[in-house]
Amino acid sequence: MENKATREGYGEGLCALAEVRPDLMVLDADLAAATKTNIFKKAYPEKHFDCGIAEANMMGVAAGIATTGKLVFASSFAMFAAGRAFEIIRNSICYPNLNVKIGATHAGISVGEDGATHQCNEDIALMRAIPNMTVINPADYVEAKAAVLAMADYVGPTYMRFGRLAVPIYNDEETYKFEVGKGITIKDGKDVTIIATGLMVAEAMEAANALHEQGIDARIINIHTIKPIDRDIIVKAAKETGKIITVEEHSVIGGLGSAVGDVVLEECPVPVIKIGVNDVFGHSGPAKDLLKEYGLCAENIVNVVKGALGK
Amino acid sequence: MDKTIEKQLKIDAAKVRIGIIEGIHAAKAGHPGGSLSCADLLTYLYTHRLNVDPKNPDDPNRDRVVLSKGHSAPALYAALALRGFFPMDEMKTLRKIGSRLQGHPDIKMPGVDMSTGSLGQGISAACGMALSAKVTCDPYKVYAVLGDGEIQEGEVWEAAMFAAHYQLDNLVAIVDNNGLQIDGKVSEVMSPYPIDEKFEAFGWHVININAHDFGEMEKAFNEAETVMQKPTLIVMRSTKGKGVSYMENVVDWHGKAPNDEQYETAIAELKAYLAELEK
Repeated sequence: MENKATREGYGEGLCALAEVRPDLMVLDADLAAATKTNIFKKAYPEKHFDCGIAEANMMGVAAGIATTGKLVFASSFAMFAAGRAFEIIRNSICYPNLNVKIGATHAGISVGEDGATHQCNEDIALMRAIPNMTVINPADYVEAKAAVLAMADYVGPTYMRFGRLAVPIYNDEETYKFEVGKGITIKDGKDVTIIATGLMVAEAMEAANALHEQGIDARIINIHTIKPIDRDIIVKAAKETGKIITVEEHSVIGGLGSAVGDVVLEECPVPVIKIGVNDVFGHSGPAKDLLKEYGLCAENIVNVVKGALGK
Repeated sequence: MDKTIEKQLKIDAAKVRIGIIEGIHAAKAGHPGGSLSCADLLTYLYTHRLNVDPKNPDDPNRDRVVLSKGHSAPALYAALALRGFFPMDEMKTLRKIGSRLQGHPDIKMPGVDMSTGSLGQGISAACGMALSAKVTCDPYKVYAVLGDGEIQEGEVWEAAMFAAHYQLDNLVAIVDNNGLQIDGKVSEVMSPYPIDEKFEAFGWHVININAHDFGEMEKAFNEAETVMQKPTLIVMRSTKGKGVSYMENVVDWHGKAPNDEQYETAIAELKAYLAELEK
């Protein structure tokens, strides 16, 4: 499988989006080369606006643009978008329910060498807590690009999370269709369900293969839209497999695991085990080593699943 | 300014002030001081400056007002009512359950161009509106009204840089410099002075005026029309609580409602002033 970062899908998705939405404006905060909005900037320099290192103002500017009816994306690292500008996103974007799309890259621990100040493991929790907000976390390059393109006619505040690390492309660009709010069953299974999001979907798929060899039939679900979450696919999995393991490159507090837990608790209580960053900060190091260290890898998923099944 | 026009503006501003006091008294909560200090400005904007139509509040080419100092919402609402967006009587529903008149401006209300209330944010949204107009050559202007305490927020200076960098000459920001904030004098809490020189250093065209002199106000906005490739800032020296003598320059009237007795005194003073003007 070819490897490519989801942020590349973001940058190229913006170019594709501009063809169907000529009113598109893209804002960045001095990180265009890293967020990949520079791909868009090269193609459409007159539609790309650098706001400098001033994320709070950028989010407010995006809100103002949205009031005039244009489609606008505001980009930064997840840490500075969801973190630093949280209250502007809440009060100037989500409360007035404006059609601002936030493209947040370098999410999670896989930022790697930059260390804890840049490894945002709290953004999903922060963003899904705000009324009116949609939260999308694509799993690979193809899904990322398709998700951006889907914003052509999806109205409302939307937080889109992308990664820095090149990860396997497992979707087929020719056939893949992105549907906001719709979970995807990647592999059916009857013994246990692994619900993953973002970069962890590929790890979950690898884990499922290893489990299969050990006689465990795991269902794999990709939840790319964490809010609004696909309740039906989760309830069905709870009923049919009885146990759920969630995997995310995010804190175990408030992310995918919590969102899945909410649904399961309300509709079909079964054990839910969360794999994620366990309420600790990260540190510097190569992304792949960090993912292993924090248990965000196929090997750990296999171990947790076996433990959950008493095997 | 023509004396007849000036007199009519004073009459209209008195009506706006009465609306402010009636609303805040009925709500038993709100911010009279800062609402009264920018009442003349909002009256002037809505009766003389803005291209807005109460029958078509969403007109894409309308001028925009962002009340960045959102706690002065009663002044915005009363000015909108004066302009015909809704009956002035609706001021009495201010802050009540089910009312369109939220404690701070809500974009869902016809005539309100941006939800504000968290200080420092409105000016950024105004920059976005102005930039959007530049991109598609739309003719409208954007006016942002800030408090002098509000400009202590760092986001304001991010926006100040942005507006100058993108040469937003379709943006006019007004600082309502009434000199007081919740904890006391702005000069003592966290001095923003010199406001004019700071904005000049950020690349703005700056005009200083008296907030309660309609002649100066008109001149300033006319001058702003002629400025090219720069945003304009109007620093207007105002009196907090203007028009209700016991509230004037008293910091306690930042954020509390008059009781029944105080309400009667305030309304009597404003109505007497109005009657004098209408003689």
